[in-house]
Amino acid sequence: MRPLFVTHYATANPLGLGRGATLAGLRERRGGLRPMDLDGVALDTWIGRVSGVEDEPVVPRLAEFDCRNNRLAQLGLRQDGFEAALAQARARYGPERIAVLIGTSTSGMEHCERAYRQRDPASGALPGWFKERYSFNLFSVADFVQRYLELSGPAAVVSTACSSSAKVFASAARMIEAGYADAAVVGGVDSLCLTTLYGFDSLDLLSGEACRPCDAARDGISIGEAAGFALLERHGRAPGGVALVGYGESSDAFHMSSPDPSGDGAYAAMRFALQRAGIAPHEVHYVNMHGTGTPANDRIEDRAIFRLFGASVPCSSTKGWTGHTLGAAGIVEAIICALCLEANLIPGSLNLDRVDPAFESHVAAAPETRNLRYVLSNSFGFGGSNCSLLFGRLA
Amino acid sequence: MSAVHLESVGILGPGLPDWATARRVLTGELPPRPEDRPQPDLPQLPPNERRRVPQFVRWALAAAHEALAGSRRAAGEVAMVFSSSSGDGEIAHRLCEAVTSGGREVSPTMFHNSVHNAAPGYWSISTGSQQRSIALCGHDASFAVGLLEAVGLVLAEQAPALLVACDLPFPEPLAALREIKAPLAVALLLSSSPRERALARWKVSLGAGPASARFPHMVSAALATNPAAQALPLLAASVGSAAQAVPLAYVGGRRMTVETTPCR
Repeated sequence: MRPLFVTHYATANPLGLGRGATLAGLRERRGGLRPMDLDGVALDTWIGRVSGVEDEPVVPRLAEFDCRNNRLAQLGLRQDGFEAALAQARARYGPERIAVLIGTSTSGMEHCERAYRQRDPASGALPGWFKERYSFNLFSVADFVQRYLELSGPAAVVSTACSSSAKVFASAARMIEAGYADAAVVGGVDSLCLTTLYGFDSLDLLSGEACRPCDAARDGISIGEAAGFALLERHGRAPGGVALVGYGESSDAFHMSSPDPSGDGAYAAMRFALQRAGIAPHEVHYVNMHGTGTPANDRIEDRAIFRLFGASVPCSSTKGWTGHTLGAAGIVEAIICALCLEANLIPGSLNLDRVDPAFESHVAAAPETRNLRYVLSNSFGFGGSNCSLLFGRLA
Repeated sequence: MSAVHLESVGILGPGLPDWATARRVLTGELPPRPEDRPQPDLPQLPPNERRRVPQFVRWALAAAHEALAGSRRAAGEVAMVFSSSSGDGEIAHRLCEAVTSGGREVSPTMFHNSVHNAAPGYWSISTGSQQRSIALCGHDASFAVGLLEAVGLVLAEQAPALLVACDLPFPEPLAALREIKAPLAVALLLSSSPRERALARWKVSLGAGPASARFPHMVSAALATNPAAQALPLLAASVGSAAQAVPLAYVGGRRMTVETTPCR
């Protein structure tokens, strides 16, 4: 594929607001997870919460979109000079030539849960303030972002569970290649809600502590929330710019919520990403794993990585820092890959005491500084939806 | 913009039990019978698997299987693009009730079935296809949003794409907020190089200004409230006698135009 440069990007995630806070958290080995402290939730688990998301309503001109998820989206858009960069891009390309593709798994579900708590006791009706279109409907977040940035090109929400905001990169590449856009804002926004917390609890997938990807004693995920956005363009701003050079997608065809033990789907997604870029496995310098911290995911992913890369390519999951931000995980980890490429940093792992002795791939426990050229990011979701993104620093 | 070919169609909705019937309804050969309420039966799935599949997914898969069968392609060669405005409203409602009631007991099966990509997930599981798939939402414009993604797959990756658009009426109390008055699932198999003679050739473009779909007279007002019904004017034009430009509502107050040339 023709590379797509990641010319600007912004994030709000449990490590803090902006790229600086995110990179500092990685470097200083300071995680963003904390024991459950959401009002009225009695689950024995840790969460990755974005500080300040409750405090800032969405701008008055988009007031009808106000809900936790769109507040989080706005908080992300306000970081790292992203709005100003988009104003320039809008002038350069025209608002109708910039696509907006946002991944989310639950969009404004939290708002809907609030409405359900206020149902009319007699009729069961939902309160009048609750509007389906502006929060609960999955498209709400892409609609909000498109209006916030005053764009009018192709727009969609991609919702494939935990691969959602990785797959937006693939969709953007197609949209641009087919000629429907010249540039794209890709992103992901998912916010904490009861449905995902109690849902993952029902599957016995929540860890009782901060999650420990790849550890021999790992016992589940920590759910986080995050927003992240990236502007993808055909041309970079300067030599050495980070670009999406490949993507690969596949389906497990195995089970709705359990990964295929063969790892064939994960392997295929990674292989397709390399093929699309024309890159050999040994040219990849780091793999950012999906690495949720569940026993099954990490075991199967290790096997798939070893099958493709052997034990020579360092891999690790950064979910020990951010938690699993579900539909935002793809963009958060794409942004971490971009930060690591720019800083020549392999972040290693957090909360990792002892690498699972059954693992065969090269799990990077400690951080390491080395020249990075290509890094791969994995995202896998319910429904067996796999997506791998390959980023590189291009001359 | 290059053209894509419509190879085959699957459909399930009131008075539209299959494509052979729907085609004759859309050409005016048969009178519309919206009082007929066909249900998905999915003979392609083994009985135990059929029981596990939520009702919403059954609608989507029934249309998908019909389109695949009409194309002479194998499931393993087509990428699925699933698009829905409201997804599985029944499950969303039951989850919201569960997590806001005292016990907060969530069914694990219901939770994993609640993902927007449940239909592509079950499609891959039941067909064994490891092809890529995607699930999208564009509110009222979900059909056009799905169509653009499918066209992107065909043009940018030369991949045959199976677009499935499906929405069902919400249960109460959500139904009061979102009016979808009739169920509908439509599946369209699109490619750049049809195996056989295609039904129609489409050129898809986006343009300024709002548009609303011009529904053929045989589409009931109730059915027209379903976002998937935006496929119907396009299908009517595709089986008509002359080329025409079909306007569809797109997101952001813009329009999609599909220049449609019937091939049969």
